[in-house]
Amino acid sequence: MIPELGHFALALALALSCAQAAFGLVGPWRGMPRLMAATPPLAAGALLATAVAFGCLMWSFGVNDTSVQNVAQNSHSAKPMLYKLTATWGSHEGSMVLWVLILALCGGAVAGFGRDLPSALKARVLAVLGLVGVGFFAFILGTSNPFDRLWPPPPDGQGLNPVLQDPGLAFHPPLLYLGYVGCAVTFAFAVAALIEGRVDAAWGRWVRPWALAAWSFLTLGIALGSWWAYYELGWGGYWFWDPVENASLLPWLAGCALLHSAVVVEKREALKTWTVFLALLAFGLSLLGTFLVRSGVLNSVHSFASDPTRGVFILALLMLYVGGGFALFAWRAAAMTPAGVFAPLSREGGLVLNNLLLCSIAAVVLAGTLYPMFADLLLGQKISVGPPFFNTALLPLAVPLIGAMAVGAVLPWKRARLFPALQRLWWAALGGFAALLLCLALEGARIGPALGFAAGVWVVLGALADVSDRLALFSRPRAALARALALPRSAWGGAVAHAGMGVLILGLAGMGLATDRLALLKPGESAELAGYTWRLDGLESAQGPNFTARRANVTVLDGGRPVVALAPEKRSFPVGRATTTEAAIHTTVLSDLYAVLGDERDGAAVLRLHHNPLAPWIWIGAAIMALGGALSLSDRRVRVAAPAPKAARGGEARA
Amino acid sequence: MSRRALLVLPALAAGGAGLGFFAMLRGMGTGGYDPRGVPSALLGKAPPEFQLPPLEGAGLPGLALSDLRAPGRPVLVNFFASWCVPCVIEHPQLMRLSRDGVPVFGVGYKDQPADSRRFLERHGNPYARLGVDLPGRAAIDWGLYGVPETYLIDRGGIIRWRWAGPMTEDTLRAELVPLLRRHA
Repeated sequence: MIPELGHFALALALALSCAQAAFGLVGPWRGMPRLMAATPPLAAGALLATAVAFGCLMWSFGVNDTSVQNVAQNSHSAKPMLYKLTATWGSHEGSMVLWVLILALCGGAVAGFGRDLPSALKARVLAVLGLVGVGFFAFILGTSNPFDRLWPPPPDGQGLNPVLQDPGLAFHPPLLYLGYVGCAVTFAFAVAALIEGRVDAAWGRWVRPWALAAWSFLTLGIALGSWWAYYELGWGGYWFWDPVENASLLPWLAGCALLHSAVVVEKREALKTWTVFLALLAFGLSLLGTFLVRSGVLNSVHSFASDPTRGVFILALLMLYVGGGFALFAWRAAAMTPAGVFAPLSREGGLVLNNLLLCSIAAVVLAGTLYPMFADLLLGQKISVGPPFFNTALLPLAVPLIGAMAVGAVLPWKRARLFPALQRLWWAALGGFAALLLCLALEGARIGPALGFAAGVWVVLGALADVSDRLALFSRPRAALARALALPRSAWGGAVAHAGMGVLILGLAGMGLATDRLALLKPGESAELAGYTWRLDGLESAQGPNFTARRANVTVLDGGRPVVALAPEKRSFPVGRATTTEAAIHTTVLSDLYAVLGDERDGAAVLRLHHNPLAPWIWIGAAIMALGGALSLSDRRVRVAAPAPKAARGGEARA
Repeated sequence: MSRRALLVLPALAAGGAGLGFFAMLRGMGTGGYDPRGVPSALLGKAPPEFQLPPLEGAGLPGLALSDLRAPGRPVLVNFFASWCVPCVIEHPQLMRLSRDGVPVFGVGYKDQPADSRRFLERHGNPYARLGVDLPGRAAIDWGLYGVPETYLIDRGGIIRWRWAGPMTEDTLRAELVPLLRRHA
């Protein structure tokens, strides 16, 4: 009964979204305020219906109702409750329901929080979101119904891929989808602006929080996925330039460019066409990722089981939304004229450079991801594009981006001079240069990591210089605290996010110095790596809730003194017949000691040992970036509709 | 280029990509596009050095590189395992090839000898030679992608074709039989 209720709720959500799209488009076009006023309640209704559907699916997983095909295929009664519930979005069908739930949440948020939006713009934004919803609800109901029944029900489910039974991976998809679907809102704003033929500072102010939120969630989602790959796959790597990883990086890059260019629209009313283009692009790239993962056109560890009819359906949606959006762009964008003018060397100029470089990086990643597929299709050649291509092609783009990152933030608007800006950054440059020399002195001629350390220190110190400069920390230190409290949160957010990027770069540079070795050890024997002695104390078997494991007990010694005990495992799951490796990681924040258990032979075990300097900084940096995004989002100017800063302050004084 | 033309560019690019993706999806249906097909680095080369013991109790000789050096007629080398479901799907095709007089050499990949024996008893034995690769060492040297996987070695002992995954009747008709004829 409950699954049928969920199925009905999905159909209801489809109907409500249809109405939301139709009213929202016709209302402003015909000037019918009652139709426009009906769109927010419809969005709320669609949210409610989708939430009910999602709840029903989760309930089916919670009670392990194997008469539901999706549950039978993806769950098992022996699974811990947490993973029963997270299995809701572990399959293709379930993850699509999560996708539409987040879309409905975004619609509800626009309806609920967007009280200050002009009603025509609001109706059109909700209409576009409704239109996106219609496509995806139809997709779920037509090709991937999660509530299909199975009769007779099997006695128990087939289990979920054991690799997915992990807290990191359980929450990786929701975060990523929050990011992807957040791009749908900026897309809706862009399409609404194209229909209205107007982009102004107010539009920039409404778009920026959504771009920020989507970007922050994408940052967290990608970082969580990369962290998961690091500790679960047991290769010691954190990024593999896998096509599906690239598919998540592409909207991140476009979103990053978008939130920077939206600032220019908001403050200076320039770069309007470009910002609208980026908003369309970001959503287009996130839909492209959805298509690549679910249609089976590419070969990746991440792909869902593929079905050509689903692929055709998603392609049709992709073409409808992205092709439609770009067609509208081609037709209407010429009408938008910039109001603010600026010199090439200015804050705006810096942001344009940022956009150009980020988009070039996105173009390289896109080309590297799609080229093998198109080469196969058009030339019949099997080509694989791997890390060497991406690393060499992206380096010349990353270097100026990182260099300009610190400079751009200290440039004033409209017109700037380079020399005073560089004067404020001299100590950041000095710090970077010192890091370069220090790394070369300690680690020998390893130019890659040395450049990485220099870049990381430059960016972190650059962000510090920017903040200390705004606070006049050194020239007038007395009032610095008062100025710190008065400084808008968005300024803090920007500096924190930049510093986070610097920390991430330091982590990448540290990983450039990582060392590893394979050792075949019998209990009692030991191996040397990175100045530590790694001793295998023993091998044992262990029993988990739904798996059995072989465990190696390894003690790491530093000059005879024990540092830490590591226990890497190999788990085998009888249901689903799979094994996973559980790497044992000990982190000192400055470095990770990392051990993986391989095959056993004649009482000896193959152990892979890694020493990864600064590895945690990669994910700490990403978390700091997301924190910067959140700080910027918490800026009161985002929440309070302030046509101009002065008016807002006046309103506050009266209150 | 005028500003107008520039604004049309994204729509054109999206349309072009869409056509390409559609062609890929169609190709997946007809077999013209296969993202999982992986080329073998060994095509056009001799197989790597290897020597595998026979399967005890099967009454078949083992398999080594010396058996594949200039065999005088095209032979197939098929990697299989009793635990692999697609191998069962492929098996009738191997039986047919064997009946038609094509020498099929088998390699039991990471498969316990008793299980391999039971597999052959139940489904029939298409193999003229059968090597046991319990640790999967030979498979690594061959660059095995998974089981089942089949290689065609020509008269001169050069690998001419590799098929990763189960061979179906279509595979035989469209790919293998013409190749066997060409290299005969």
